[in-house]
Amino acid sequence: MTALHPAPLRSETMTTATADTPSVSESELLRSARTRLRRRRLLVLLAQVALVAVVLGGWQLGADQGWLDTFTYGSPSGVWEQLHTWFTEGTALGSIWSNIGVTMQETVLGFLIGTAAGVVCGVALGRVHLLAEVAAPFIKAANSIPRIVLGSMFIIWFGLGPSGKVALAVVLVFFSVFFNAFQGTREVDRNLIANARILGASQWQVTRQVVLPSAMTWIIASLHAAFGFALIGAIVGEMLGAQAGLGQLIATAQGNFNADGVYAGTLVIAVLALLAEFLVTRFEKRVLRWRPTQLSADSAL
Amino acid sequence: MVQTVNETDRGAVPAIELRAATKRFRTPSGGVYTAMRGLDLTVAPGEFCAVVGPTGCGKSTTLSLVSGLEPASEGQTLIHGAPVDGIDPRVGFMFQADAVFPWKPVLDNVAAGPLFRGVPKQEALAKARDWLRRVGLSGFEDRLPHQLSGGMRKRVALAQTLINEPEILLMDEPFSALDVETRKIVQDELLALWELTRPAVVFVTHDLEEAIALADKVVVLTVGPATVKDVFTIDLPRPRKVQEIRFHPRFIELYEQIWASLRDEVQLAYARTTGTEAIGAA
Repeated sequence: MTALHPAPLRSETMTTATADTPSVSESELLRSARTRLRRRRLLVLLAQVALVAVVLGGWQLGADQGWLDTFTYGSPSGVWEQLHTWFTEGTALGSIWSNIGVTMQETVLGFLIGTAAGVVCGVALGRVHLLAEVAAPFIKAANSIPRIVLGSMFIIWFGLGPSGKVALAVVLVFFSVFFNAFQGTREVDRNLIANARILGASQWQVTRQVVLPSAMTWIIASLHAAFGFALIGAIVGEMLGAQAGLGQLIATAQGNFNADGVYAGTLVIAVLALLAEFLVTRFEKRVLRWRPTQLSADSAL
Repeated sequence: MVQTVNETDRGAVPAIELRAATKRFRTPSGGVYTAMRGLDLTVAPGEFCAVVGPTGCGKSTTLSLVSGLEPASEGQTLIHGAPVDGIDPRVGFMFQADAVFPWKPVLDNVAAGPLFRGVPKQEALAKARDWLRRVGLSGFEDRLPHQLSGGMRKRVALAQTLINEPEILLMDEPFSALDVETRKIVQDELLALWELTRPAVVFVTHDLEEAIALADKVVVLTVGPATVKDVFTIDLPRPRKVQEIRFHPRFIELYEQIWASLRDEVQLAYARTTGTEAIGAA
């Protein structure tokens, strides 16, 4: 078909374009773009390292020079020593790994249960309008409770063991996933549903094969926040009362006015959270493979 | 000037029949919007019927009623003489917007219909491969919809609909998003595939040229609420080539006749949207 278009005009513009830039080939363009990109990445990395060095160095310097009270504010070297002790000699509550294990177990369990419940309820209420209308005021009321207070309730119900922490994590995760699953279900393209129905899908097949994959974009967006919430639930639960776990470790350090211990615990938790975020992102990329990748401005030549 | 077809001449039970069908919708502001009022439409088995009318006149509503996606507020919708009650397995529907499942590879998209209907997986996939070959997409089985061009996605949708071998094929401006050249190619492909199984077709479009080139019968709807204004028989020879049939003298004759009927409605609809009087009804 293109042969029918005004060819002379086209080839003319083509030749002028190539005549202007005869020396620059495509591979050269790509190479220079790549060099620029690499330089930029290096610059960013250097700036980040410098930022960390200034903050930590300043803190250490302040502590060494006595400008900052190490008893109150701790010091980077103190945090390092604390971490070293924890990982080599263990903590007051047993080995650090077992504490991490306890917290992670509570977090992951809470995350999984909360996510499953949130997705099931969100999709169900999104699909069945009557159910949504009936449940709406109760969900609003439940959601308005500051969820941390539930921690105290769960300690009374479940005692100091891990189940109370899991319950708190579940509650925190549930709402964040629920609202996204609900909204995602409501936003499913009506054409897709109509198409599936006419092709012969039952309501259950529509839910499983059209609504769920479609709402997955929304659900996964909430999972990033949800894992953080699960961690908060577990740790706050531990701080309120527990026999082991990172939250209890921090609470113990706080009780002993051990600032370095609090920082060290926080650092361990941050590493765990980043690790989890990495895993969720991996999962997201796998599940949402079908979405077109967008050309970013970064990749412009 | 106006040629009205006497439908009973075709004998037998019509594949599709709308009798004095009226459709009202509740508007978000709480009012009532009548999309269609007392519409009669008959399509014989194997007949290709195009429905044209001004933008927003309720063309698509006819398809919603026949497909069973929406019930009529008043009047009757019949398929092969029986009232429509929910979605009928003999009906296929091609939507205006892309309605292929974006997360399913092409093969799974085409196999979706048989799989939904409980055909064993191997059999459904074999059938889907066969249909992909028919629409010229062999070798694209594993692609995702977003990796295809608009024309290719339409062919996937066509295969996805036709694999169920519908006796009734409803099409809602299916090719309006395509560029002119691609559209003509896909139109020819549609005609060739239609000849194979000969379903009764209701093809909604606002493109009169498309309507005449494809159909046996063109129904002109009035500006909303939609009723049938005129029905024209398209007595152009088949098989047709969409690119060439436009130059047939009879095509031009028919175009003039139908446009004369359609023009007033289009101008009325335009005046409504702009709030001005219809101008230059020359």
